Parts: sequence; C-alpha cells; structure tokens
Amino acid sequence: MSNHNGKESLQVKFEKNIFAMYLFMALAVSLAGIVQIVPLFTNPEAVKDEVILADGTTQSLLWQRAEGQTLDDWKPGDGVRPNTPLEVAGRDIYQREGCFLCHSQMIRPFRDEKERYGHFSLAVESKYDHPFQWGSKRTGPDLARLGGKYSDEWHILHLRHPQALVPESVMPKYRFLDDAMVDGDEIAKHMKGLSKVGVPYTEADIASATQAVKGKTEMDAMVAYLQSLGTMIKFEDGVTYRE
Amino acid sequence: MNLSEKYDLSVVKWFTIMSSVYLVVGTLIGVYIASELAFPYLNDLGTDLPYFQFGRLRPLHTNAVIFAFGGSALMATAFYIVQRTNQVRLWSNKMAWFTFWSWNTVIVLAVITLPLGLTQSKEYAELEWPIDILITLSWASYLYNFIMTIHIRDRNKVPHVYVANWFFLGMMVMVTYLHVVNSLSIPVDWFKSYSIFSGVQDAMIQWWWGHNAVGFFLTAGFLGMMYYFVPKQAERPIYSYRLSVIHFWALMFGYVWLGAHHLQYTALPDWAGSLGATISLAMIIPSWGGALNGILTLSGAWDRLREDYILRFLIMSLAFYAMSTFEGPVMAAKNVNALSHYTDWTIGHVHSGALGWNIMVAAGALYHMIEKMYNVRLNQKLLATHFWIHTIGTVTYIVAMWVSGIMQGLMWRAYDEYGTLAYTFAESVSAMHPYYVMRASGGVLIFAGAVIMLINIVSTIRKSGSTQTANA
Repeated sequence: MSNHNGKESLQVKFEKNIFAMYLFMALAVSLAGIVQIVPLFTNPEAVKDEVILADGTTQSLLWQRAEGQTLDDWKPGDGVRPNTPLEVAGRDIYQREGCFLCHSQMIRPFRDEKERYGHFSLAVESKYDHPFQWGSKRTGPDLARLGGKYSDEWHILHLRHPQALVPESVMPKYRFLDDAMVDGDEIAKHMKGLSKVGVPYTEADIASATQAVKGKTEMDAMVAYLQSLGTMIKFEDGVTYRE
Repeated sequence: MNLSEKYDLSVVKWFTIMSSVYLVVGTLIGVYIASELAFPYLNDLGTDLPYFQFGRLRPLHTNAVIFAFGGSALMATAFYIVQRTNQVRLWSNKMAWFTFWSWNTVIVLAVITLPLGLTQSKEYAELEWPIDILITLSWASYLYNFIMTIHIRDRNKVPHVYVANWFFLGMMVMVTYLHVVNSLSIPVDWFKSYSIFSGVQDAMIQWWWGHNAVGFFLTAGFLGMMYYFVPKQAERPIYSYRLSVIHFWALMFGYVWLGAHHLQYTALPDWAGSLGATISLAMIIPSWGGALNGILTLSGAWDRLREDYILRFLIMSLAFYAMSTFEGPVMAAKNVNALSHYTDWTIGHVHSGALGWNIMVAAGALYHMIEKMYNVRLNQKLLATHFWIHTIGTVTYIVAMWVSGIMQGLMWRAYDEYGTLAYTFAESVSAMHPYYVMRASGGVLIFAGAVIMLINIVSTIRKSGSTQTANA
C-alpha cells in the first residue's frame, strides 16, 4: 500500500498513526464551519438592521428607544424590540409545548406565502430570539406574522379547543394553560439570562417583570406572545428589505 | 480460546441488548405520535394533561431512536469492532462501563424531562444543559477509550488501522464539535437555559448540528458498521480499498457543508444556502461509491442472500442508503426545496434513512454480534419475519409521506382561475388524514418487527445460557 517510489503516502501514514489521522479528521470537518458560520457573525449584512427609504433617508429596523422609555412605550411598527415580560413568559411556553415542531416562523419570498402569511421574514426580526424559532415543518400554518390577525378571544377559544373553531385541525388542546399562573420572579430571572446572551433589557425592564405578569395566566402569556409575532416592523412599498 | 475470554465483551453485550430494547421503545412512541396526527383525540385522551401531547412526545421519539437506539448500537459495535480489528482488549473495560452507565442515565433523564416540557427547543438537541454536560462526559469517555484501544494495538500484528475504525473515529470527532458548540447556552436555573446564539446565526448552527447529527451520527458511524459487518457476514474482503479511502475523506470533508440546505429561501444569506445545495449535489458521488463498495463486496457470493437473512438486512440497508443519498441532494436542489421544505416529504426522507438504512444495518450488525458473542444461531423464522415486516412497514411509511408531502407542497401553492389561493391551510390538513393513517400503520409493522427482534435476541441468549449450563 505504498507508492511505487517506495515512499509512504499520507493515507498510509495515517493508517499507522491514529493520532495523526485524528488531527487531520478534526481539521477536515472544521473547514465547512469556518467558511459557512463565521461570516454570519462578522458580516453585518447577514443581519441587516437598516433600510433606505423611498426619500433616500436611512431608517433603522431596530426600535430606537429614547432614554427613560419602557417596553410599553413601543408601538407596533416602531421596529424590532425585546419581548415584554408577558411575551417572554409566552415564548417560554411556546418552547415548552414544542409549538415549533409543527409551526414555522419563517416566511419565504414566494407569491403564495406572501398571500397566505404576509411579507417575507427578515433576519433582524429574530435578532433577539434565543434560540431561533423558525421551525422546519408546517403541520400547521406559519406563525411569523400571526400578530393582529385574530382577536385575543379567538386565540383563547382556539387554544382551549382548536377543533371548535377549525374542525379539520389536528392540534392538541391547551386548556391547561388557563389553570397555571405565570411566576413573576421566574420571568425576571429569565430576562436576566436573556440579557446575558445579548438581549438589550434595561435594569428597569427586568425590575418591572414581577409587576407586569402579576395575576396573569399562562393563557394570557401565550396570547400576548402570539399577538406580538411579526408586528415589529412596518413594511413600506418601494423599499428594498433584502437584496 | 473463545471470544468472550479473549476480548471485553460483556459491555458490548449489554449495549447490544439495550439497543434492541430502545428500538422497541422508540418505535412505540413513534407509532403513538404518528397516530396523534391521524386521530388528535390521542393527544390528551379526554384529560387536561399535557404529558402525552405531540409537542412533548415528539422530541422523546427522536431522542429515543437516534440517541438511545442508535447511540447504543454505535457504542456496541464500536467497542466490538475496535477490539476485533485491532486484536486487542479495550484500553479500559471500566471506562467502557462508565460510558454504558452514563449514556443510559442520559436516556432515563430524557424520558423524565422531555414529557415534562423541559427542552432547549433545538431539534435533536432538546435536552437541557445538565444532561448536555453528562452527554459530553459520556461521549468523551467513548472517544478516548476507542482511540486508546487502537493506539495500544500490537503494531507488528496490526500495522494498519482498518477502515471501519476511521469512520467511527470521524463520527466521534465531529459529534463532539457539534454537540458542544450547538449546546452553548446560559442557564437561568437547573431546568432552563437560553442559547447564546440567536436568529440567523443560531439557525445556521442548529442545522449544522441537525444535518451532521444525520451525516455523522447516523451515517459515518453506521458506515463503520457496514464496513465491518458486510465483509464479515459475506466472508469476503471489502470490494475496494481505494473506494473506501475516497468515500471516507469525501464524507469527512463534504458532509459538514450540507446544513445550510435546510435554510434555503429563509433569512439566511443566499450564498450560504446555495453553497450547501451545491455540495449536497456533489455528495451523491461518494455516497453511491460507498454503497457500491458495500454491495459489490458480495460479488461471487450473491447466492448467500437466499438463505442468510442477516446478510439480507445488511444489503437491503445499502439499497436504502443509496436511495436516500440520492433523494437528499434532489431535495436540496433549490426548485425542489421550494416545494418540499416544511412538508411531510422531509419526514419521509428522514425515515427512509432511519428505517431503511439505520435500523436495517444496525439489526444486521446486532444479530451478527449476538451469534458470534454467544456462539449461537438465532431463530431463522423470526429473522425472516422481522426482515419482511420491517421492509413492508418502511416502504408503507415512505410512500405515505411522499404522497402527503408533495400534495401539501402543491396545495399550498395552487391558484384557482381567479388568481387567488385555491386551498385554505385547513383543507390541506384534512387532505393529509388518509396518509397519516397509512403512515401510522407502517409504523405499527416496524414496531412489531422491533418486538420480534427483541424476542429473538432474548430467547436465543437464554437458550445459549441453558445449553452452557447443561454442558458444564
């Protein structure tokens, strides 16, 4: 298994020295990650957070929070912001119940998806999503722009008994969300954790958590989260959101 | 000298048996959640309990099949092959037992925590951070023991390390990377943590993990089994050494790029998705090379397929391997992906790999090891039944998902003559019902096959024990 000139090939050396082979394997499998993943952290275009409006001015897609403003001062369309304490609680439940296994939150730039779900999703819209909730399967419809489509009452009835509103549905019932209360101290802790991984919460945001979720059920939290989805950016005609 | 005296086989025996047990458990949960999609009543059986709902049990199904069944099969075969091909005992039998107990603890913890809703919500990496740390320790002990066993071989007897070992080692290296990076998170308490990554970066890292859990855990590692057990069972050397070298390095270098093909047309930059799709296409060549390498090993011994059911499992698995490594690149092609993404076709593809390739090659390997380690012959009728019932179940499953997946994709994008969407989403859901029933029935066959396998293994081992006592 050596070459004609009597010298050993690299492969033969590896077969004799398992540690050399180990190192070479470790190198071979690293290359793709370096090429594909690292630029997503280094190139700001990967998570574009600015657009040029029709009149030539540049606008940030992130909510520009003024000094002293609270999360409640944000209005739909003001730009991407961190979740409110109640929405954090709702998102935790969304994760816990495995909603992402059947519902995507990522609209692709196709005509039918635009008509069914709305404007295609931007990277910046999930900038504060730790971890991302794009999903990989649509056993149920996409939820990326669910916010504002139905009333709170509709969501509550639907979560309690999906088949009562959509007879064809195969979704489980979530009546148990009515009986569980959201724990404010727990949510404050979760927001502190999220701020450690980069979500821009202020001290005041975290301090407000206990009060903000007081007396709220998991059902309220879930509905608040669902109603926030896709509402943060106001899309305008004639603006290029993605090349 | 008999095999059990020459090598450390008791840990291999236990991994083999547990793997077979976990296959029964994993396929049972699979049948249950498949039935939930056909009959939603099963989600709560009229109660208000969340523990049996699809969203909670689905991660348990994937974890049970991939890590409990697949992981135990990989550990059983790796510890067996590394000893046999290097003609040496394990570097540390004690450490192998540590791997066994820690891995099984992980599985027990998964069974407890996942139905309780404790999850990182990353697909195939759901387990929370304390369990992740235990996985890392267990895995490190597996890797270290494996490479040290190769290292202490007698170089005069075994100068070259056999190809099956390369595949196992490659798998161990990559899975270490993947697991550690993808699971990086900040804990907020013992049961909850948030990934340090978010949005688009997290998506790329998750699918870098997601696809390579398939590419390494379920492909490279199981190819290691293939490269040992196919030649052994056929009693022929592997068809081509050169082809195995190419197969190996192409897989090591190439597979890692494919994750991005899960994110085409999403908010991931286009270049990344296209790169993933292009390399996916190129991967047909080494994959088919590898499949042919295995199948052609039978050259001149094809007649053995007539009576050797263990060999049939192994060869049929290669046919499915070839089929799904063709299907994968097709689905990665942009135009096809636009239709297939988000549909049941993906689920069908995963299962053609998991049921057709992984379970079949592992069944062949586990059966082979049982016969060798206990020096017995398995019940041939049960082997034959398992083979046929599993094959029919797999084909039923895949066909159901092909039809439902393509139908979903077409219904979602269909327009009527007025230029409006032809179907509501709910209409597409109700159109899936017959295929979901068909899929569940395929699953029942596969589950029944797994039960037959466990019965065959356990009863054969018990019989071997009684003959040994009788002889003594």
